[in-house]
Amino acid sequence: MPPSHSNVPLGTCTPGFSGTITSFSPNADAETASIIDRLREMGFSEDLGVEVLHQNPFGKDPIAVKVGSMTLALRRAEANLIEVVPT
Amino acid sequence: MSQATAVSQPTQRIVAVVGNPNCGKSALFNALTGLRQKVANYPGATVERRSGDLDDVASLTLIDLPGAYSLTPRSADEEVTRQVVTGTHDIEAQPDAILSVVDATNLAQHLRFVLELRDLGMPMVVALNMTDLAARERISIDVDALSAKLGVPVIETVAVRKKGLDSLKDVVAKAVLAPPPAPMDIGPTVRERQIAARKIASAVTISEGIGHKTTRQLDRVLLNPVIGPITLFGLLFLMFQAVFSWATPPQDLIEAGIGALQSGLANTLPDGLLLSFFNDGILAGVGAVVVFLPQILILFLFILVLESTGYMARAAFIMDRLMASVGLNGRAFIPLLSSFACAIPGIMAARAIANERDRLTTILIAPLMTCSARLPVYTVIISAFIPNRDVGGFGLQGLVMFALYIAGILAALVVAAVLKRTVAQGKADTFMLELPKYQSPNLRFVLIGLYERSRVFLRRAGTIILASTVILWLFAIYPVAPEGSTQPDIAYSFVGIIGNALEVIFAPIGFNWEISVALVPGMAAREVAVAALGTVYSLSGSEEMIEAGLVSVLNSAWSLPTALSFLAWFVFAPQCLSTIAVTRRETGGWKWPGFMVAYLFALAYGASFITYRLASYLLG
Repeated sequence: MPPSHSNVPLGTCTPGFSGTITSFSPNADAETASIIDRLREMGFSEDLGVEVLHQNPFGKDPIAVKVGSMTLALRRAEANLIEVVPT
Repeated sequence: MSQATAVSQPTQRIVAVVGNPNCGKSALFNALTGLRQKVANYPGATVERRSGDLDDVASLTLIDLPGAYSLTPRSADEEVTRQVVTGTHDIEAQPDAILSVVDATNLAQHLRFVLELRDLGMPMVVALNMTDLAARERISIDVDALSAKLGVPVIETVAVRKKGLDSLKDVVAKAVLAPPPAPMDIGPTVRERQIAARKIASAVTISEGIGHKTTRQLDRVLLNPVIGPITLFGLLFLMFQAVFSWATPPQDLIEAGIGALQSGLANTLPDGLLLSFFNDGILAGVGAVVVFLPQILILFLFILVLESTGYMARAAFIMDRLMASVGLNGRAFIPLLSSFACAIPGIMAARAIANERDRLTTILIAPLMTCSARLPVYTVIISAFIPNRDVGGFGLQGLVMFALYIAGILAALVVAAVLKRTVAQGKADTFMLELPKYQSPNLRFVLIGLYERSRVFLRRAGTIILASTVILWLFAIYPVAPEGSTQPDIAYSFVGIIGNALEVIFAPIGFNWEISVALVPGMAAREVAVAALGTVYSLSGSEEMIEAGLVSVLNSAWSLPTALSFLAWFVFAPQCLSTIAVTRRETGGWKWPGFMVAYLFALAYGASFITYRLASYLLG
């Protein structure tokens, strides 16, 4: 299923962004699939609210994201595997 | 063999404490076992094997496994957890039951792992931890419903306040004998477990929380683009300041105590071998090392407190970008910071780094962080050779010490960049890290950590350092000098012979035979070199020189270029057998420790050579 028009990769968002996770990158090779599993294990999941809280002071990467009741730090490259829709 | 080895009595049963990182697992483990826990080797973060008998139920042994997000390991750390609970670990027996610790404020997330553990088919108890925080965040959970859904006992606990521990103990004691829960039909993928966990969580949650406000507010300051880095570097600065200023009074006290012992012995014992054994051998040697306990404790105090509050993860977040520029990962910050106290817990903490190449690079550069064992060496040489002058408002001695730290860090960065382009090439690692809620530092966690640290340090002083000091003393006494010899007796001893042989190698970098021979026992641990110098000079010098102490002995025996060369040597030289041994264990072979020793000795010799030649030239 192709992502709807308003979907954006989480890795492109700046602090202040708030939205909902819609899906994970669909065209995943084995390595990417394992990273996505890890993202799920860390707490990312469809239909959860996300909020970009902070970015690294020295280069805007990694970012700190509030998802559910936890705060997770991750690099933008991995965050791009998560599709979000702004609320 | 896995079933038999760890069981001491036939009735001894093992319960593994398992949970996500930041679920309060270690705090619960500490509260349940107290000081009777055994920590194998060094405590850092939870990377080591911790075990202990359950309070009041001595037939139950708890083992605290590294925090993990799932049984699909992404790091060496999580691999240990997987191996133990699945019964595939080399030396650890498969546990009889699992105590699964869950953060009540993050139920859906942590339940996913509980469901995965439950599928192992072992008796299980769930500790619903941090229920006080949950109450404060107005989260309300129906514990009976959760227990019914999971088919295992669920006990509410507040580990840091020891709440719920009694009923937890009773339930665990019963559970090890109970049959495992009936399997649930969930499916094998992370996604399926995630859906099942969220379903259960929403069914048993009576009211949703409002989130941890304090954490959000604190992060707004501590992760602020400007204030964040300033706070981090300020904290690091404060830490190193404290190591030097706060430690002085207790150190003076210890030194005075040792001095009093020495003169007490000199007054009671007749002059001779026995007195020399105690004063020149044991007290001069071991005393030179024990004096650094306060500094080591202060360093660890800072690290444990930062760890316990949740700030360390923020530090990793801030440092990730800078460390990525030399090909490292922000997660390497914590092991490297620990390495300022001691490279051994640092190297072990590197287990939390998922990418093998990143982990290897971190291990290989960890010995370049100025560990506390180098403090004795630096302090003695600096006080002997660097004048206590003011330079632009700062003490010159402190500046030299600071420069030595910086030299180590810069060398580490350069080495890391070179390694990432050569032997440790590979794809950039992912950086994913939970930023846990801030908590006030857990006094118990900090005190147990400090207690463990002192124990390890003093045991080392009492064993390795004592033994090498005594052996050195013996070798320095025998064979005795011939009648009518002109040189000090020590020149005719084994120590003198070995030192003269080694001097051939070390003369180009300005080391005399006394230094050369001190480096040999100094391989056991850096601080032993100071102890060894103490013994060698104590035996070769006159009574007045010994009275004046090692600092002034060195001042008259060494030239300034030699002293500087000696400092440069210790910035790099891998003079620590324990570090080499732990590197072998962590990298699974002799290849990488061999490489580490070779490159560090090469750097040390090169740096000392340049320092000595340059200083000799400049000073005429």
